Amino acid sequence: MTAELPLNDIAPGTWRPNRSRSQTIQLIVKIICGAFAAISILTTIGIIGTLIFEALSFFGDLPGELSKDGQDVSYIQGVIHFLTAGRWTPLFASKQFGIFVLISATLMITFISILVALPLGLLAAICLSEYASPKLRRILKPVLEILAGVPTVVYGYFALLTVTPFLQLFLPPVEGFNALSAGIVLGIMITPMIASLSEDAIYSVPQSLRDGSYALGSTKRETVWSVVLPAALSGIVSSLILAMSRAIGETMIVTLAAGANPTLGFNPFVPVMTMTAYIVQVTKGDAPHGTIAYETLYAVGMVLFLITLALNIFSFWFVRRFRQKYD
Amino acid sequence: MQDTRPQTMTDVALKAEKISVYYGSNLAVKDVFLDIPRNQIVAFIGPSGCGKSTVLRCFNRMNDLIPIARVDGNISFNGEDIKRFDPVELRRRVGMVFQKPNPFPKSIYENIAFGARINGYQGDMDELVERSLKGAALWDEVKDKLKDSGLGLSGGQQQRLCIARAIAIEPEVILMDEPCSALDPISTLKVEELMHDLKSQYTIVIVTHNMQQASRVSDRTAFFNAQATEAGGKMGYLVEYDETQVIFSNPREEYTRDYVSGRFG
Amino acid sequence: MTAQGIKGKDVASGNFDQNLSGRYNLDKLFATAAWAATIVSVLILAWLLFTILIDGLGTINPNFFTAFPSRKPENAGIKPALFGTLWLMMVVAATSFPIGVGAAIYLEEFATDNWFTRMVEINIGNLAGVPSIIYGLLGLAVFKRIMEPITGGNSVLSGGLTLSLLILPVIIVATREALRAVPNSMRLAGFALGANKWQVVWSHVLPSAMPGVLTGVILALSRAIGETAPLIAIGAVAFIRSTPSSLQSPFTAMPIQIYNWVGRPQAEFHSIAASGIIVLMVMLLLMNAVAIYFRNRFQQTR
Repeated sequence: MTAELPLNDIAPGTWRPNRSRSQTIQLIVKIICGAFAAISILTTIGIIGTLIFEALSFFGDLPGELSKDGQDVSYIQGVIHFLTAGRWTPLFASKQFGIFVLISATLMITFISILVALPLGLLAAICLSEYASPKLRRILKPVLEILAGVPTVVYGYFALLTVTPFLQLFLPPVEGFNALSAGIVLGIMITPMIASLSEDAIYSVPQSLRDGSYALGSTKRETVWSVVLPAALSGIVSSLILAMSRAIGETMIVTLAAGANPTLGFNPFVPVMTMTAYIVQVTKGDAPHGTIAYETLYAVGMVLFLITLALNIFSFWFVRRFRQKYD
Repeated sequence: MQDTRPQTMTDVALKAEKISVYYGSNLAVKDVFLDIPRNQIVAFIGPSGCGKSTVLRCFNRMNDLIPIARVDGNISFNGEDIKRFDPVELRRRVGMVFQKPNPFPKSIYENIAFGARINGYQGDMDELVERSLKGAALWDEVKDKLKDSGLGLSGGQQQRLCIARAIAIEPEVILMDEPCSALDPISTLKVEELMHDLKSQYTIVIVTHNMQQASRVSDRTAFFNAQATEAGGKMGYLVEYDETQVIFSNPREEYTRDYVSGRFG
Repeated sequence: MTAQGIKGKDVASGNFDQNLSGRYNLDKLFATAAWAATIVSVLILAWLLFTILIDGLGTINPNFFTAFPSRKPENAGIKPALFGTLWLMMVVAATSFPIGVGAAIYLEEFATDNWFTRMVEINIGNLAGVPSIIYGLLGLAVFKRIMEPITGGNSVLSGGLTLSLLILPVIIVATREALRAVPNSMRLAGFALGANKWQVVWSHVLPSAMPGVLTGVILALSRAIGETAPLIAIGAVAFIRSTPSSLQSPFTAMPIQIYNWVGRPQAEFHSIAASGIIVLMVMLLLMNAVAIYFRNRFQQTR
């Protein structure tokens, strides 16, 4: 019996698995791959580290920059100035560092973009998931994904050279650079993102819920509005927050179309300067390391980072808190 | 084939005449004739794929929602052709409970109030919610947590919530599509007891895999079977429809006898 | 009569006042709004593409691809930008592909549930939400300034590494999904033949996940190719009249060149900016087409 087993026909020396060598290779690979995974932690540390380091030098130098005529400014006063001053002029001779000027522009443009993108994106998502034929959905979904990948500089071109002249036809007070055009185009840019992610959430609501609603004598709109959308709420809200965080950090559209004029206020027709546009303005020129201009980059970057981080954490929390589990 | 009519012709809630259902070009169910008498429980039994759920979904026009489905033949509700009803109105009066409990991800209260509210209920909502939950024998278990999510209930409670939801809109007929197949035996017993209580006010049609359940709860039983079609699919048809007692003790058809005695299915 | 019929019981039936016609009107309104939003979105995007084609097609000619940027729009071309982008992509692919795939293999195949793994996962989730210009600030501080002796300051290498960090989370997430889609039976079969984990991953899991991995990598690269802000932040806006000759060469790239031209006041520069956009978008579409090809192959083999 045993003689027929092929193993025994072969000389015993044929099988020499070098197990220890394989194990060593595996260990080396594991260490290398683990090191690669650690790069993500290093990146975070790098981002937070540089932001904090340079932002701290900024706040250290701030009182000196603000002091004049022998009038001393304390660190606390510096921070208060940073948060409350109504002007942002770090590159001028008389320097002022009111970050809220930049934040207000960012918030206004983001608000306009959400005003455009939320109704368009959400209704388009509802249309694709609930009203469009499966065939149309199969065509439009990948189109949305490709559109979400159009470089933002392209949208910047569109905002500056197409939408602004178009708006000026109807609204003469609109200037060549303005927050309105940038906000609208930013909204157009994030619409595919909201549509695509919300559609995923709406589409994955189980059919049994729709059936249950129809069986109670509800119309299609009532089913969509009162049953499907609430069931998809966590996904919809997280897509909205992701889009908002994208809009806040968006650079090219606002740099090209909204201008570089740090003004405090919420007039959408005039040039403004967002946080990202300021970073571009400074890095485009040469800001040598160690100057106050270089340090402001990181102070502004820090604020931008904290805002988007807060939004991401909120989205994460919201999804965990409100996600419905269906089996 | 045989006399499938109940004794008193006047008291027919739903009447199906030569119902055939197609999915695309596929004939799923062929030529069903069936009368559902008022305030009785009718059970549909048969092997899987025999079209009993499909027929059930014809009665409240749920098949309208499937783009490729087509229903031939006539169904009348209280003597009126259901095609002449608006589907929303029809579904308000012919309620449905599904195989898997499907409470909405809302509070228990809102689960019940939803159907009533969209259909313009004129009475007191709190009172309706309480009455419906009592009607579904769920009130005592949930009266202190009406604001909690319906998804937090156990499977059996969820299914009774779905029944409460269905009776809140005061239907005349309740269609139940294997309502106990996802439930444990104790929850099943509760739902069955509930059906007995509901019989005085509602006409109930229940699809079930479980022959004991059919014999326990129903007054009349329809036995469906499936035959292979040339296209390789399955086509369901009604084999026999009679008093439950007759179907289980002395059926006319050989197939029925084999099925209820457990020889196939 | 057809739509209402007995349905005409708009009048109260029992305790219900169903108001069917009003509800159906709302339904129609809602459906119209949904369709209108979809159509408007598509039309706006069509408008965008149309504008760019009209503005830019006229100025695309062979000279445009071979010429250097110029103060005169009719002489200007994208050669350095095109080469700069190709150099960048090589750096990005060469660094982000092995690192991203390696990290994903670690997380998916080797990692146990410990603090390190959880840290990495939280980090990847957060990094995906960090604005790209912040990566630019990181690149400015680390690659351009601190590592200047290695990278040569404002160079292809600095730009490529910055973009690599930016798309790493995308590649890691896509690769993990591809690895997860490989049926576990394949791993078990390998183990049953006496292979160790790495041998199984290297010879079975990775090859069958490869189409999915490549899809993710190409889509991530197509994101990197259009990024402008981080490159501006590390200082890559100089007027460059040469193609890169080494990793330490200064460079310009397609989106930066486009940005420069859009910002000029003369309308002629706007046309060549549109031409540049057309070239960039064609590159992106080609990359997407390749990615879709891989995705389809991936889905077939599953």
